[in-house]
Amino acid sequence: MDALALEATGSKRASTAGLTAPLPSQASTKRKPAKKAKKAVVFFEVEILDAKTKDKLCFLDKVEPNATIGEIKSMFHKSHPQWYPARQSIRLDPKGKSLKDEDVLQHLPVGTTATFYFRDLGAQISWVTVFLTEYTGPLVIYLMFYFRVPFIYASKYDFTTSKHWVVHLACMCHSFHYVKRLLETLFVHRFSHGTMPLRNIFKNCTYYWGFAAWMAYYINHPLYTPPIYGEQQIRLALIIFLFCQIGNFSIHIALRNLRPPGSKTRKIPYPTKNPFTWIFLLVSCPNYTYELGSWLGFTLMTQCLPVAFFTLVGFVQMTVWAKGKHRSYLKEFRDYPPLRSPILPFIL
Amino acid sequence: MASSEEDGTVEEKENNNKKRTKSALVTAWLTFYNIAMTAGWLVLAITMMRFYIQRGTHKGLYRSIARTLKFFQTFALVEVGHCAIGIVKTSVIVNGVQVCSRIFMVWFVTNSIRQIQNEESVILFLVVWTVMEISRYSYYTFSLLHHLPYFIKWARYNFFIVLYPLGVAGELLTIYAALPFVRRSGMYSMRLPNKYNVSFDYYYCLIIVMLSYIPLFPQLYLHMLRQRRRVLHGEVIVEKDE
Repeated sequence: MDALALEATGSKRASTAGLTAPLPSQASTKRKPAKKAKKAVVFFEVEILDAKTKDKLCFLDKVEPNATIGEIKSMFHKSHPQWYPARQSIRLDPKGKSLKDEDVLQHLPVGTTATFYFRDLGAQISWVTVFLTEYTGPLVIYLMFYFRVPFIYASKYDFTTSKHWVVHLACMCHSFHYVKRLLETLFVHRFSHGTMPLRNIFKNCTYYWGFAAWMAYYINHPLYTPPIYGEQQIRLALIIFLFCQIGNFSIHIALRNLRPPGSKTRKIPYPTKNPFTWIFLLVSCPNYTYELGSWLGFTLMTQCLPVAFFTLVGFVQMTVWAKGKHRSYLKEFRDYPPLRSPILPFIL
Repeated sequence: MASSEEDGTVEEKENNNKKRTKSALVTAWLTFYNIAMTAGWLVLAITMMRFYIQRGTHKGLYRSIARTLKFFQTFALVEVGHCAIGIVKTSVIVNGVQVCSRIFMVWFVTNSIRQIQNEESVILFLVVWTVMEISRYSYYTFSLLHHLPYFIKWARYNFFIVLYPLGVAGELLTIYAALPFVRRSGMYSMRLPNKYNVSFDYYYCLIIVMLSYIPLFPQLYLHMLRQRRRVLHGEVIVEKDE
């Protein structure tokens, strides 16, 4: 899972609209007391109905015309404390798309009495929390298998270490990968959505933790068989793995630099001075490409079928995300470079 | 579950002619498919009845219908394709789970583990499947031909209430009976060490399959109950005169 994943699944953002809005409206409200005293309609009234039952949930009067949806959500939260803003979906139409927090009331196609429909998104959890939990699991679990904690293998193997050096190398690579992910979550990624539904954490953790346990069991097993082509295979695999780890990191940094801190702007990523980012010429989501490469390297290094399976499943998921992101790039930017493919150059 | 067809129709208004011929072809194929499947399961039902009447025992019954069963049950994979393309308004997952569980039973349990082929539980689920499939496919056939007799609709949406649990019981008992033979023969299993660094124990796999019925069966059953309420709902209200 990646910061970009939420871009693919989230609704489209026309961010520039929100930014330019406040200025003219503030100007008009300043003028208002002097000139427009005749026009009695200054404030908006906001009515919030339940999208399914159409019950009237909340009525807000004296709402500023330049109020944003985010502010309206806060006001709604005051009258219904169980629905904090992150779990509110406010829309113009019961079956329509969610309005963004940045949308300004007076720029929406509503009359002075605006009717919005509310949908409860369910309990929410922050992206950072989910990422930290789902990445710490594999780190710890793999190490438990590596150190052959009791009750996993036969008791005569408790706390022993593998005699194959590739197993030690694999442990280092796997741990490095997840430490890198944890650090990126804390210091690199800039998330456009704050939260996701709570049930996702169970789904995601089952996936990551389950696969980590399955892989680690076989790699650290006393009866593990090292790669057929020995040293050569391991060396090649390590080079691929490290190359792709650096590449993946470079892409994350490049994407972070596209976005000023605290903002949610969207721009087309371009190659920078870093050679690892030159892949942007051919691919929309090179972070996924490099991620695939890393896991292919790890599969080659360990020669373990569960690892290959994990790589395959991850590849399928990342392809879905990459295609979604690629499509939204094409929709949003008229001048999007035509040579780019979603995840694999020229192929996919 | 229903495929979202609202989005596509706006653009396709101009291709009305093309759409009509395409949907006529689709209807023709679906009608043919459902007639063929109804016929197939009818053949199975009749063969089973004849065997039992002539021999008076169920021993050897499975062997006599094995090939026909395998053919028609495997052919049902086509239905998953129908859902995937969208010509049938069922969710791919719901249909996929059902078809996969059937194929698993036929190919990986009764076909490969000969010792359990004469178990009573096999006859139980075979009878259940036959009745269910005949009512289901004839329901689809008549719906497509726009001449649906009420008793077929009634059968399709009421038989399952008793037959689903019976079928599940038959399947679970069969798998349970197969366990000792699987353990002894070590079939479909792979042990360490091997160059793929993986192991697979079919015995535990079967146990997991049995356990998976616990979350899956209620969901399918409730899904059918909901469908039943939706489809038969109209009639119920008229009769009760509320």
